[in-house]
Amino acid sequence: MSETLNRLRDMARPDRVFDFMVPDVSPVDVRHGPILYMEDVTVSFDGFRAIDRLNLTIDDGELRCIIGPNGAGKTTMMDIITGKTRPDSGQVWFGSRHNLLRLAEPEVASLGIGRKFQKPTVFEALTVFENLELAMAGDRRVWTTFMARLDHEGRARLDEVLETIGLEAERDRWAGVLSHGQKQWLEIGMLLMQRPRLLLIDEPVAGMTEQEMHRTADLLNRLAGQQSVVVVEHDMGFVRSIARHVTVLHQGSVLAEGSMDAVAADPRVREVYLGAEEERHA
Amino acid sequence: MSRRAIRDLWRAGVVLVLVMLALPGVVHAGDQISDEQARTLLEGLDASGFEAKGEAVERIASSQATQRERWLQALLEGRLARERRGEHFYIITDDAGREWPIIDAITLEDAGTGSRRTINTITINNTLRTRIEGALAAMSLTAGDVSARLAAARALLGTLDEASAPGVEDTLADEEDPAVREQLETALALYRVQQGDVAALETLRGHLDTRVRNALVPLAEGDGELAGEARRVLAGIERKREWHQRVQTLFFGLSAGSILVLAAIGLAITFGVMGVINMAHGELIMLGAYSAWWLQQLLPGQPGLALLLAIPFGFLVAAAFGIAIERSVIRFLKGRPLETLLATFGVSLILQQLVRTVFSPLNRAVAAPEWLRGSWQVTEALSISYSRLAVLIFCLVVFAALWAVMRFTRLGLEVRAVTQNRDMARAMGVRAARVDMLTFGLGAGVAGLAGVALSQITNVGPNLGQNYIVDSFLVVVFGGVGNLWGTLVAGMTLGVLNQVLQPWVGAVLAKIVVLVGVILFIQKRPQGLFPPRGRVS
Amino acid sequence: MSQVRTVSSGTGSVRRSMGHLSDRTTTFTCAVLMMAAVLVVGLNLLPSDHALHVGDATVSLLGKYCCYMLLALAVDLIWGYLGILSLGHGAFFALGGYAMGLYLNAQGANVDGWQAWLGHFPLAMLAVVLAPGLLALVFGWLAFRSRVTGVYFSIITQAMTFALMLAFNRNEMGVGGSTGLTRFRELLGMPLNSHAMTVALFVASLMAVLLAFVVCRMITTSRLGRVCIATRDAEARTRFLGYRVEHVKLAVFVVSAVMAGIAGALYVPQVGIINPGSFAPLFSIEVVVWVALGGRATLFGALIGALVVNWLKTVLTTEMPDAWLFILGGLFVVVTMALPQGIAGLAASLRRNRGGSAHE
Repeated sequence: MSETLNRLRDMARPDRVFDFMVPDVSPVDVRHGPILYMEDVTVSFDGFRAIDRLNLTIDDGELRCIIGPNGAGKTTMMDIITGKTRPDSGQVWFGSRHNLLRLAEPEVASLGIGRKFQKPTVFEALTVFENLELAMAGDRRVWTTFMARLDHEGRARLDEVLETIGLEAERDRWAGVLSHGQKQWLEIGMLLMQRPRLLLIDEPVAGMTEQEMHRTADLLNRLAGQQSVVVVEHDMGFVRSIARHVTVLHQGSVLAEGSMDAVAADPRVREVYLGAEEERHA
Repeated sequence: MSRRAIRDLWRAGVVLVLVMLALPGVVHAGDQISDEQARTLLEGLDASGFEAKGEAVERIASSQATQRERWLQALLEGRLARERRGEHFYIITDDAGREWPIIDAITLEDAGTGSRRTINTITINNTLRTRIEGALAAMSLTAGDVSARLAAARALLGTLDEASAPGVEDTLADEEDPAVREQLETALALYRVQQGDVAALETLRGHLDTRVRNALVPLAEGDGELAGEARRVLAGIERKREWHQRVQTLFFGLSAGSILVLAAIGLAITFGVMGVINMAHGELIMLGAYSAWWLQQLLPGQPGLALLLAIPFGFLVAAAFGIAIERSVIRFLKGRPLETLLATFGVSLILQQLVRTVFSPLNRAVAAPEWLRGSWQVTEALSISYSRLAVLIFCLVVFAALWAVMRFTRLGLEVRAVTQNRDMARAMGVRAARVDMLTFGLGAGVAGLAGVALSQITNVGPNLGQNYIVDSFLVVVFGGVGNLWGTLVAGMTLGVLNQVLQPWVGAVLAKIVVLVGVILFIQKRPQGLFPPRGRVS
Repeated sequence: MSQVRTVSSGTGSVRRSMGHLSDRTTTFTCAVLMMAAVLVVGLNLLPSDHALHVGDATVSLLGKYCCYMLLALAVDLIWGYLGILSLGHGAFFALGGYAMGLYLNAQGANVDGWQAWLGHFPLAMLAVVLAPGLLALVFGWLAFRSRVTGVYFSIITQAMTFALMLAFNRNEMGVGGSTGLTRFRELLGMPLNSHAMTVALFVASLMAVLLAFVVCRMITTSRLGRVCIATRDAEARTRFLGYRVEHVKLAVFVVSAVMAGIAGALYVPQVGIINPGSFAPLFSIEVVVWVALGGRATLFGALIGALVVNWLKTVLTTEMPDAWLFILGGLFVVVTMALPQGIAGLAASLRRNRGGSAHE
């Protein structure tokens, strides 16, 4: 009886009328290695090529740092992965099954790609607890959201994440009154609530104190292994403290890739950075 | 047949009488005719039948009498009269009241007064009226300056008959002015067509006068070569009329659009460029309109001067109010658009009530100066009123000026700098607060200009602004925020669209359709017609 | 770290008491509304020469205020909690009103065509809900799907109500043209001007306010309510969390429109007329100032705001009609500049100050 009812309900759903409209939510297939695969991606704004034939592969469980001077296309790259910007050409695959270029932002998010913005954006009028609760994986439809009550399992998961990001004591404070570093951690925590496969983190330590930076490095190192993490960062010291594998972007494409030491020794990278350095001093 | 015979006979009689009348005239007084002859001519008008009166009219028309035009004119207006018991004919100079001042019809000297008891006016009927008009037209055809001849020739169209056509042909032979010739040829061609001349239709091809069309419609019915050809010519005329109608609609649309643009262009600055939601914009327009009205009260009898002065004055008044609003309200609400919207709406209510209290809640009419009245008759089917034309030109001038200010002046540069990157501009030494104030003043001043222009189109009242605020915002949003050209194109497009729709669905529904259309368009393209370019982040 | 912990434990207790308070808010508001109903009806029953007697006119006026309060709740729900400023909520109010007006019309006179269908009470009530609901559904679907937000949304809602005003002014619509619908006689077989009807309509309006308050409260305290607040403050972020922001907006917008429609339907039999003036942009924007004055994003603030402004309006438009627009305009300016949290915010900050001093 309830089986039939469910089927009827399924048929009544507008997005279930046609097969091709059924969103592809099958699990991410990483048997063939990379969790994220970008090939020949190009995007331009008004003739300016922000991303120029970019190729990038991220392995499952990897912690990858992406560095590059201003305007190298780091943020645009993240926009493309999360579906905010559509590239002019190229391919972006999540695992070997999901073509990210066909999906809208919420769909990308529900596939398990979480993004942390450069500027911390948490919901300031809600508490830390409520922020995490909203981020919790689950049915996002309006009615179910309205009827949603936090169950035991969810509460446990919330406490677990609170502990990971070290904000147990702040659980009932308004997010608006948190310090800058705490907001960054809260935001990472919100991403974790979604049980992401891939975390995109944009400049996590900008504006942090030394102490906060250490804690952040700790946090990111702990996360790697459970999920793939891509960190975009300016701060070389911080990158050195967490990175095993570094990619250098320059003018929209990959300039160098390898371990931190190898990359730092690369003359082209030195030129790009030193050049940028000189300009900054000029 | 018999009618033609009678006419021939009649013509022969006329010639005979003319010769008889002319001979003594020549003998006695050269070109002049004697009073006695004049009296004889007038007595012919006092005949009992209208046909006889008509003959008398023809006689007068072809006579040498110097007073003939005045007689016929008076007859036409029912002011030619005969003494009840006597020989005298009079022209009533003023037929108001019971006692009418009269002059002698022959000597044209003052003859005291007359009344219904002492004099009898000579009556006419419609057939006679047409005949008198034709005669008068024919008279002015040969005499008078070009414009009088042209008017006379124009009046001839469709009135020609066997009697008058030969005369017109003679006149045409002597006429040198091309415009008059064309009119005469048209009139003759129409006459010939009515007589069954197919070839003459060629002259009428593409003629826009309604009289030509009306005359052709009955001819086009039925079979035969003439009817077929007439149908073809008629279809051509209809097509041409349609085109002229379209041009007319386009013009009306552009003129309506220019009003929209004028109303919205100030908003394109304050909302589009600065991002300030000023709901009191409509009231700034209203203040501009009131300045025009107020100046006209100060300068009675000189509406033209008042209007010209109102242009700078309206600008200054609205700009002053605008700056006051910016200083006292808007600058404290920077970056809070919804709050700005509410606060400025409050300001708009206050301004409305202020005007109601200071002036009156009633609508005021602003008089149009001489040079804005009337219209320019481009062709028979296309006329353009001067006031609408003036608003259109004014709108384009204001737009060009504003565009130049934003493009070429220091203020324009600073405005663009401040809107693009406020902190950077300040770091470069731009006084952002001052720029805000001046820009807002500029936008408000332009709203005032719009008000001055609107005072020529509609009545001035406290609610004037409210009627334009919704439209103005839609125009700016439709055009693309921050884009002056977008506002121009959007305003004109909406104006034309509205005019095109009007004949089908009526004025109100056309407006609704346009409103709904714009709403739907904004859903489709939230950035408007000309979206701001660049990296959207 | 230890410093952080001590501060947070303090606010933790504040938070818990806030949670407790928010429940109290619901019960308190409901109790006040109930008491108001009992009080007014009770005082109305007193003999008319009694000093405390509340006349039918006053009862009717209070009923009207209730409709305004309901409308204010509807606006507050989407503006306060979702950040959507609708300048066209008067349109939903008026549509509900017209549905009711057509029903009342079909009671008295002989009408034919589609209007006769509205003579059946259940169908009319369906129309009261469906007319504004469907308009909101279509309009909201179009607007939210293409991410029309902020001021743009406000402007097109204003254009919407303006277009509807023009449309309802047309005689061809068959709903009375510019005079609107009036001369109603009876509702459910009872004459409209009877004493019992006046009281019944007042009570019905008050109960509608109470019910709407509870519904709004349920929405705003649920997880959906928190999604609304999240959308209001950081829409892009909410979208990245995987919420279909446009669906949330659409759902709440429709609920709000239906509430406004019910308010309109209750309003019409009490004032005896509905005309295109209700579609006027001015009315819609006036509602926003009620909410702003009362306190945006607090439901009881919306109630207070509607009550205060309309009471002021009643008093002032009779005492000094010229001053009313000055005062209303002034309210807009003063509230947005000096009282961004409205009366409710003022009260809360006073309470906080007192509470804080008592603690220390």
